[in-house]
Amino acid sequence: MQTKRAIFPNKFLPYALLAPQLAITFVFFFWPAAQAVKQSFYKEDPFGLSSRFVGLANYTKLFQEPDYLNSIGRTAVFAISTTGLALILALIFAVAVDRLIRSRNAYTTLLLWPYAVAPAVAGILWWFMFNPTVGILPYMLDVVGYDWNHRLNQTDAMILIVLAASWKQISYNFIFFLAGLQAIPKSLKEAAAIDGAGPVKSFFTIILPLLSPTSFFLLVVNIVSALFDTFAIIDATTAGGPAQGTNVLVYKVYQDGFIGLNLGSSAAQSVILMAVVILLTVIQFRYIERRVQY
Amino acid sequence: MMKRIATGLMAGAALIVAHGGAQAATEINWWHAMGGELGTKLEEIVAAYNASQDTYKVVPTYKGSYSETMTAAIAAFRAGEQPDIVQVYEVGTGTMMAAKGAIYPVYKLMEDAGKPFDPSAFMSAVVGYYTDTDGNMLSMPFNSSTPILYYNKDVFEKAGLDPEHAPKTWAEMEEFSRKIVSSGAAKCGFTTTWMSWIQTENFSAWHNQPIGTLENGFGGLEAELTLAGPAQIRHWGNLKKWSDEGLFQYGGPAGAADAAPKFYAQDCAMNMGSSAGRAGVLANAKDFKVGFGMLPYYDDVEGAPQNSIIGGATLWVLQGQSEEEYKGVADFFSYLSSAEVQADWHQFSGYLPITNAAAELTKQQGYYDANPGSDTAIKQITLNEPTANSKGLRFGNYVQIRTVIDEEFEKLLAGGQDAEAALKAVDARGNALIREFESANK
Repeated sequence: MQTKRAIFPNKFLPYALLAPQLAITFVFFFWPAAQAVKQSFYKEDPFGLSSRFVGLANYTKLFQEPDYLNSIGRTAVFAISTTGLALILALIFAVAVDRLIRSRNAYTTLLLWPYAVAPAVAGILWWFMFNPTVGILPYMLDVVGYDWNHRLNQTDAMILIVLAASWKQISYNFIFFLAGLQAIPKSLKEAAAIDGAGPVKSFFTIILPLLSPTSFFLLVVNIVSALFDTFAIIDATTAGGPAQGTNVLVYKVYQDGFIGLNLGSSAAQSVILMAVVILLTVIQFRYIERRVQY
Repeated sequence: MMKRIATGLMAGAALIVAHGGAQAATEINWWHAMGGELGTKLEEIVAAYNASQDTYKVVPTYKGSYSETMTAAIAAFRAGEQPDIVQVYEVGTGTMMAAKGAIYPVYKLMEDAGKPFDPSAFMSAVVGYYTDTDGNMLSMPFNSSTPILYYNKDVFEKAGLDPEHAPKTWAEMEEFSRKIVSSGAAKCGFTTTWMSWIQTENFSAWHNQPIGTLENGFGGLEAELTLAGPAQIRHWGNLKKWSDEGLFQYGGPAGAADAAPKFYAQDCAMNMGSSAGRAGVLANAKDFKVGFGMLPYYDDVEGAPQNSIIGGATLWVLQGQSEEEYKGVADFFSYLSSAEVQADWHQFSGYLPITNAAAELTKQQGYYDANPGSDTAIKQITLNEPTANSKGLRFGNYVQIRTVIDEEFEKLLAGGQDAEAALKAVDARGNALIREFESANK
């Protein structure tokens, strides 16, 4: 890792320059996070009239709650499927576009479009297409004999949110993969070709290893975004149903806190999520950024 | 263009100044959840009140869905920025009632303000839901509805049924649905909105069956759910059977977003939904004639039909405002519950008239004669004097319990469990939530 050192003539100037950013971070991140940690140790009625310190009870209760354990499982399925699908499809698109010469820019622009769509809008689009009553896809699936109903079938519902979430993520991954592919020196590919390696062989032995820093970066970013950034998509499509089938952790925080008004439990859940994201960030910076090299 | 914007801004500023100058009236803030046409109507009612006097000025603010409005009011209360009045849906009643330090009970407000207030002038089926065990009204009923049956007369005719005869019992529902499906008049017999509110809570009240101990939770926070009764198990089991046979189609959780479209598209010949949906149903049913009926019942269950229960919302007054403002709230409530205002709101929206006088006035105005079916809801909710099983329900965390009901029903439909197991699971999970609420409100 490289370090840059800027020399400031005035001792206080750097701190003054940092102050606005620090103030925002403090007011909008640290302070609410501290509040959540505090709240997670209390049991409180919604209006805040009576508040009781309960120690770790909110946490221990969570791990005895079948709904929460179920939610952890669903989240794992969702995050892994979304990340896998989004990475693989984006890589295929990037490799395909990378081979083009004249139409490359046009395809790049087209493939980037979904990223500009707001998550809630994306959710509504998919909800319409898959709606069991008015949607086009259930109608077509019906022709081939599949009775699509994400209102009742948990697998259908999971497929729906995985598609909706990865559809948006593909654009983001695509642009990184494309940049990564273009950074690979032509000479390496040509040398492999001269040595008789076909496109498949050269993809797996040369391109993929050289893309590994990009891939690992995207892996972490994708997992984080599948865990935390998919609220709008789920809210607009399945709202956690059917029967908790798509109630991932971040959606459960909302349901328990904002609809159920169970603030202590909701705070404990968000503290756990905070720990997960801290862990992922540490992994990314400590291990991946250092070890994945070529 | 810039010039026009500047002029606009100046005009706006002038307006604000003029407005500020006239601000001698005490402002009363009302947060509500009435969007669309209902919201426009609500604003008309408020405007008429503001024009009728100049001591108080009610300012209505739309805060989104029911749960959003309630959450916003609670967050505002914690921050000391609460409105005077907030509209809360019926399942939030338990939460509001338990927050004794946050609410100003309506009976007390009216008493303190010296306004004449007679709870017996209100419809008992409506008021019963919102009174404490001593018979005191805690919140002001505003928009209450009850579920009724809507059916497609054209499909009935096509299936060889009498279009003027709505099915009265579940046996008839099954028989009619079979005829409709087998004759090809429609793809499914019936669907329903609100599995929880209609097919579980109202179903129980309608059959005079309890859904919980301590008078369905009215008696205290220690109450428990007892939904797994024989009548409920039988009904859920039948719904599953009819769903498998294609007679019944499930429209989704909560308000069932797919139920009404199925009915409008003539996929399903019958739908059960809120009486307040009447105007919307008529507007959407362009290609067919709509009939109205009461909810069906099992005629071999003793006590059925009893009376149905309400849904909708009431107005809660929050603590922490000046005495002057509370006087204004009391004055506004008197206006709001007057027969004229209530009759107008009832006829426009399909919500129930809150007072007996409003129902009487509507009748005198000839509204029910001119709009057949519009009195179905009133007849159904006042069919019998409410019993302990049919005056409503009051459990903590009921918002989540409704979700639990949907989830367990979905599992039943998906084939994961039978009706008895599903309802027992609702009881078990629901009771855990009630205990949670009890411990948070000790």
